Amino acid sequence: MDNLDQIVSEAQAAFAAISDPDALEQVKARFLGKSGQITELLKGLGKLPPEEKKVAGAAINVAKTAVENALNARREAIRKAALEARLAEEALDVTLPGRAESRGGLHPVTRTLERIESLFASIGFEVADGPEIEEDFHNFTALNTPEDHPARSMHDTFYLQNPDGSLADKVLLRTHTSPIQARYMQKHVALYGQLEKMPEIRIIAPGRVYRVDSDATHSPMFHQVEGLWVGEGVSFADLKGVIADFLKSFFETDDLTVRFRPSFFPFTEPSAEIDVAFMSGALKGRWLEIAGCGMVHPNVLKIAGIDPEKYTGFAFGFGPDRLTMLRYGVNDLRLFFEGDLRFLRQFA
Amino acid sequence: MKFSESWLRSLVDPKLTSAELSHLLTMAGLEVEELAPVAPAFNNVVVAQVLEVVKHPDADRLNVCQVDIGTGTPQQIVCGAPNVAAGLKVPCALPGAELPGDFTIKIAKVRGIESSGMLCSAKELGIAEEASGLLILPADAPVGQSIRQYLDLDDNQFELKLTPNRADCLSLLGVAREIGAITGVATNLPQVAEVPAGIADIRAVVLDAPEACPLYCGRVVKGVNARAAIPDWMKRRLERSGIRSISALVDITNYVMLELGQPLHVFDDAKLAGAVHARMAKPGEKLLLLNEQTIAVDADVLMIADDAKPLAMAGIMGGEESGVTLETTDLFLESAFFAPKAIAGRARRYGFGSDASHRFERGVDFGGTRRAIERATQLILEICGGQAGPVVEASAAMPARNPVRLRTARAERVLGLPLGVERIAGLFKGLALSFEQQGDDFLVTPPSWRFDMEIEEDLIEEIARLYGYDNIPAPAPRGRMAMMRQPEAQRPAYRIRQMLADRGYQEVVNFAFVEAAWEADFAGRSGENELIRLANPIASQMAVMRSTLFGGLISNLVTNLKRKQNRVRLFELGRTFHRDPLAVPVAGFHQPWKLAGLAFGGALPEGWGSGVRKVDFYDVKGDIEALLAPAELRFAKLRHPALHPGRAASILLDGREIGCLGELHPEWAQKYDLPQAPVLFELDFAALRAVNVPAYAEVSKFPPVIRDLAIVVDHDLALQTLLDGLQGQLPALVQDVQLFDVYTGKGVPENKKSLAFRIVMQDTQRTLQDTEVDLAMQQLVSCLEQAFAAQLRA
Repeated sequence: MDNLDQIVSEAQAAFAAISDPDALEQVKARFLGKSGQITELLKGLGKLPPEEKKVAGAAINVAKTAVENALNARREAIRKAALEARLAEEALDVTLPGRAESRGGLHPVTRTLERIESLFASIGFEVADGPEIEEDFHNFTALNTPEDHPARSMHDTFYLQNPDGSLADKVLLRTHTSPIQARYMQKHVALYGQLEKMPEIRIIAPGRVYRVDSDATHSPMFHQVEGLWVGEGVSFADLKGVIADFLKSFFETDDLTVRFRPSFFPFTEPSAEIDVAFMSGALKGRWLEIAGCGMVHPNVLKIAGIDPEKYTGFAFGFGPDRLTMLRYGVNDLRLFFEGDLRFLRQFA
Repeated sequence: MKFSESWLRSLVDPKLTSAELSHLLTMAGLEVEELAPVAPAFNNVVVAQVLEVVKHPDADRLNVCQVDIGTGTPQQIVCGAPNVAAGLKVPCALPGAELPGDFTIKIAKVRGIESSGMLCSAKELGIAEEASGLLILPADAPVGQSIRQYLDLDDNQFELKLTPNRADCLSLLGVAREIGAITGVATNLPQVAEVPAGIADIRAVVLDAPEACPLYCGRVVKGVNARAAIPDWMKRRLERSGIRSISALVDITNYVMLELGQPLHVFDDAKLAGAVHARMAKPGEKLLLLNEQTIAVDADVLMIADDAKPLAMAGIMGGEESGVTLETTDLFLESAFFAPKAIAGRARRYGFGSDASHRFERGVDFGGTRRAIERATQLILEICGGQAGPVVEASAAMPARNPVRLRTARAERVLGLPLGVERIAGLFKGLALSFEQQGDDFLVTPPSWRFDMEIEEDLIEEIARLYGYDNIPAPAPRGRMAMMRQPEAQRPAYRIRQMLADRGYQEVVNFAFVEAAWEADFAGRSGENELIRLANPIASQMAVMRSTLFGGLISNLVTNLKRKQNRVRLFELGRTFHRDPLAVPVAGFHQPWKLAGLAFGGALPEGWGSGVRKVDFYDVKGDIEALLAPAELRFAKLRHPALHPGRAASILLDGREIGCLGELHPEWAQKYDLPQAPVLFELDFAALRAVNVPAYAEVSKFPPVIRDLAIVVDHDLALQTLLDGLQGQLPALVQDVQLFDVYTGKGVPENKKSLAFRIVMQDTQRTLQDTEVDLAMQQLVSCLEQAFAAQLRA
């Protein structure tokens, strides 16, 4: 039976020498093929006496299994080597940039407005909108600013021409988002005025506004966001609470101080300017004027058809351009309106 | 309103630093816009007298002076100023003095001659921008006194930004009164005594428009010297209030206006004829004003006139002819109350304003009219000499001072703050308001200087102001909790913006007013009936309201190309403006929201793997389809002034046109200097926001059969025409016909094109048989052959 061991080691050596899968199959035939050495031995078993046959058969089968194992092992090794080679060949430079479409982005002020809207939505403020070419009535008169009121000179108003070149005196470019208040209250009264108890008005109204003013810190078009809360027992203290909560949420810090200082707007009373000071950072310690606000003037409620004895409310107007500048450290208002991609992409 | 701190402190002097005083005013609603020292820091500069001036032996332009600095020992000082002369009093910086600009004076030799100090100009002391020589001081200046003390230079200039309701603080008196109310410090207001008449001359006063002018005090003063020099203290106070000294009479009226808040006017009495009238303007009346403007006044303008002619626009500006000059010796002094309503807006209408109109339109204290004329007379007699006649006072019904009721409970409810009757009474007393208490209510009579106390809220505001806005609590917001309905069939604007951003577009915000040329080029609007022009644009290129967002986007593209950005994708969401008589809510102006975009440069960002294909119509069309998906859009050929006529389409949704898309017209690409035409789109935003709430449809459990079909048709046949032609003709099995290839070139005859479709067939109830699929395909082919002369492509 030395012969068998020899055959096995011969087969193992022969397989190991081969790395081509087809060649391997040919070499296999030398051992396990129809006239392979193992097959021949098995054929020769018939000539042996029965008692020897059993022993010899078992020995040949052991050898056959060993050859088969060697063959399978070699096959697997060759397959693996081939796979490795393919994988190596397919390797990419993973540091090349991706092929995806570039991303654009939202305007930084839009980003701010979206945050403002969602902060106020979380305490039940709905978004309202209004026209930009506005009636003189809604921009001023309905807001307790009759013609010739000195407060009108606080707003340098853009007026329109009629086609014949004359002044269109009933319309203007809105100087603030406050006319949206007036319009919304009228609509609200039309819907719910008959009820014993009107649902509360809680709105936020962002938009573009216009004033005849253009320099480093003023743009003839800019943004405002108006807020209004009217209901039973809405107070000046509530106004302070909402504003403080908003500013801390917007700047994501408790590290700021809000101060209210008496001011004047024809459509609110008492009125206040809101200043904020940060306790840390580049603007530390400086009071920054950030909004105007106040309790809705009873005349404004009356003009809208709301009983000021029963309902009170507050209104405020923020400059989202300024909030954006403070939030992201932008130092020139004009950048917002120049359409320079190098600037805008920073907010993508 | 500007004023000097030392002037204010002469009237009320709380124990507060300048900064604390500034904070107090700001927090009381009188915002301090600026607080600045009148002179920069310097020291050791005294009043000196030049005793002797001798030419410097070695320098032509220098003099060697002997100077008395008050020590008894004359000092030798070398001086280069051209105006130095013996006898003059000038400021002298002593050795050791630190002057503005980090400049220290030392004893030094100047061209070999020792100099113990420096004679100074106003510029060297930092109190003037320019100076041509030494600052010459008055002859009576006390030698040796610190110049800071002598010129009152340790003073600050306050500038208040007053709100229109606080006209009562447009004077030193008003600000002092306010500070007194807040701090409780007693005020020391100027005592104004009646000036007895020295002569009997009078001029009659007639109130022809008693509502507009219910009170007029006039007085003749004779024999004045209009050339008299005004005292330095008055000049200094005027200058520190931002008012230039002009002449004695003008300065005195300005001074009294600043001090007491009452604008005054002085007429040259010699130029008046008969009585003085306060009357409304007559038709066609014209007046040459002191500002050299001739105004044709409207009928609603209040005038001061004599029996013959108009003299002044009452409360706004005097006339040139009747004004005082340096020759004037006899004058007629006016102190009157003009009703705010009669003055408001008039000056603005004629394009100017004055300190007088600013005060009268906001309200001047009608309790102080008489006091002001006495004060002015007193100062005129002191400074200009002369003799005064008696005051002639004409009066009618004064503005009503109706008591205003304040309910304690209401004030507490509006402010959200428990106050109590006692505290409110205390606050009102502090303001020196006269009031009567009725249970928990207060009946407050507004003082004659307040025009902003008409309703209960006005008093609530006073309470809040004096209580201190800072002291009012700021509780967390509380309200009725209710969920907000968010309509699922309306996409939020942010989602749509985000979708475009995700597809590579950057949002911009452009001005709503544009160049008229943009409207002509990109919207085809040039008629005045179509354009919406601003009456007062800030610049001609911002004169017309836009009816399309295209102009702004193209201008942004030009800007970015200059900055070497070669692939540009932009969008804007904004309103456009169109004349439309039926528009709501503002009649005459339709103002729809539009979403517009622009794509320029490579179809993909430049890179190693993206190729070099330029963006085209179909790239942007794909963006629009994605933006509106799942809605199915139709596109039809369009002629649009901004767009290439062969490469422009209108966009239709459910048969309604919701926008347009196309390549910029090559003519505009050339005019605006663009190397390649960008692709533009503009959509109605309302249409974009509406989406359907999904509704379930059954999904087939059986596999679809897919067959491809290539046909050759006329080159000019639009795909939409073909698909429309198939409508209603398609075999029931056909679920979808998808175009997957368009080919012209080799193998396809000229003027023809090959279209390849993928046909999807399916039945929800069963598996399809080959025979029925074949039959359906045959039907489809024969339909295409008949309707479009299509040929099957081999």
